[in-house]
Amino acid sequence: MINIDIHKTLYGTNGEMNLGVKLNIKEYDFVALSGKSGSGKTTLLRILAGLEDAKGNIEVSGKIWLDDKNSLSPQKREIGFVFQDYALFANMTIEQNLLFVKRDKKLAKHLLSLSELDSLKDRYPNTLSGGQQQRVALCRALMNKPKLLLMDEPLSALDPHMRVKLQNEILMLHKEFGTTTIMVSHDPSEIYHLASRVVVLNNGQIVDDGLPKDVLLKTSGSQKFSFEGKLLDIIKVDVINIAIVAIGQQLVEVVVSSDEAKSLKVGSDVKVSTKAFSPTIKPLG
Amino acid sequence: MMQTLSMLDLEPFLLSFKLAATTTVILFFISLPLAWYLSQTRSKLKPFLEAVTALPIVLPPSVLGFYILWALSYNSPVGSFFQEYFGIKLVFNFTGLVVASCFYSLPFMVQPLQSGFEGLNKNMIEASFISGKSKIKTLLRVALPNIKPALITAMIVTFAHTVGEFGVVLMVGGSIPGETKVASVAIYEMVEMMDYDLAHIYSAIMLFISFLVLLGVYIFNHKHNKKFGAV
Repeated sequence: MINIDIHKTLYGTNGEMNLGVKLNIKEYDFVALSGKSGSGKTTLLRILAGLEDAKGNIEVSGKIWLDDKNSLSPQKREIGFVFQDYALFANMTIEQNLLFVKRDKKLAKHLLSLSELDSLKDRYPNTLSGGQQQRVALCRALMNKPKLLLMDEPLSALDPHMRVKLQNEILMLHKEFGTTTIMVSHDPSEIYHLASRVVVLNNGQIVDDGLPKDVLLKTSGSQKFSFEGKLLDIIKVDVINIAIVAIGQQLVEVVVSSDEAKSLKVGSDVKVSTKAFSPTIKPLG
Repeated sequence: MMQTLSMLDLEPFLLSFKLAATTTVILFFISLPLAWYLSQTRSKLKPFLEAVTALPIVLPPSVLGFYILWALSYNSPVGSFFQEYFGIKLVFNFTGLVVASCFYSLPFMVQPLQSGFEGLNKNMIEASFISGKSKIKTLLRVALPNIKPALITAMIVTFAHTVGEFGVVLMVGGSIPGETKVASVAIYEMVEMMDYDLAHIYSAIMLFISFLVLLGVYIFNHKHNKKFGAV
C-alpha cells in the first residue's frame, strides 16, 4: 500500500498553484496520472521520487519516505524512474547503463533480451533511435527491481507505431517484475491499454479518480461512437462507394453516397461516427 | 642568430611549464568539488561564491599580487604560520608562485567545469541518484565523463593561463633564475635590457606553443562532439 498525502506551493506559468494530493494506491496497481500540462503531474512524480521536497507524508509498504521531520533521499527509495527524454548515461554503452545501476549481468541480459536489445548492448545511447533508447531506459529503471516504478510521459516523444509496441512491453515488464507503477500520460488509448486506474489532476488537485473506462468515457462526454482516422481510398462498387479509413492500427470500410464521395479527399483526416443505437432517457436525481 | 639559438636558456620555459602543470593538477582537485557544488546548489550563497571565484578575472594582477604578497609574507598570520610550523616560505620562491597561481587561475578551472556540469541533462544526474548512487559516485562516474570537452578546456586554459601569467608572478616571485624566473618574466627582462633578438625568439616560442595547445583543444572538442553528440 502506498499512502500519499502531500502539499506544495508551485510557482508556474499560471502564477501560484497549490498542489495538494491525497492518494492511496494498492500494490501492483498501474496508475495513470493525467491532466492538462501544468496541473502538477510531473511535480507529484518528482516528489514521490524524492527529487523535490514537499510537506506531508508518503508511506510505502509501511516505510516512511516523507514526514514532518525526515525525507528519504532518492538513493534510498528504491524506485525506478523513466524520464520523457530517456536520460541515459551518454558515456556508457547500453549494457553498462544497466550494469551501472546494479552489477547483475544475468538480470541485464534477461531484460535486454526481453526488449530485443541484445544486439545493441555494446552501442552508445546516441546511436540508438528514440524508441530503442526508451526501452533501454525502461530496462535500466528495472535493474534495481523497484517496488515502485515512476514514468513521466515515457512514450510521448515516440511515433504511434513505436508507442503501441512499447505499451505492450511496459505492460509485460510491469507484470513480470510485480511493480506498482505510476505513469504520467496524456494519451487516452495508452491509459486505457495500460492502466487499471486513472487519476486526473487539475490545478494541483485531484478532480477525477477511477477506472479508465469510467473516467475516459466520461471526459469525452458523449455516448455516440466517434473515431478519427485517415481516408486512404474511395472505391466505387456498382452503385455505391466504399471509403477505406485507417483508424488507429485498423482499416475499416464505410459506405458513402456519391455526393459524400465527392466532398471527401483521399489522404485527408476524417471523422467516422454513428449515432447511438438505442439512446436511453433517465430522470435526473 | 645561430649562436643565439644555441645559447638559448630554456630554463624559464621549463619553469613556466612546471609551474603551470603543478597549478593545473592542484586546481583540478580544488575546483572539481567546488564546480560540482556550484552547479548543483540552490543555496543563497551561490552568487557570493561565484563572485569570489571570478574575482581574479577582473582584478588587475598587481592588486591580486599585492594581496597575495601581503597575505603570504612572513609578517602575516598565514605566512608566519607556514614558516613557523612547516618551515615553508611562501614568497619569492617556487612554492609561493604555485600558491599565487592557484588563486590567479582558479576561475579558469572552475568556470568551464561549472558550465559543463550545468549543461548536463539534469535527468541524467537524477537517474543516477535514483539508481542509488551517491553524489560523489555520480560526479565521478556520470557527470565528469560526460563533460570531457569542458574538462579538457578547463585543464588546457588553466595551464595556458598560468604559463601566460606575468604580473602576479613578478610581484610574488620576483625574478630569481631557476626559481621564479618564468618565461614571461624573462621576456620582460630581455625587453628591459633591449635584447630584442632574444625577446623575439622567446616570444615566438610562446606564441607557437600557445597556438598549438589551443588548436589541439578545439580539434579534440570538435571530434568529441561528433562522436558523442553535444551532451
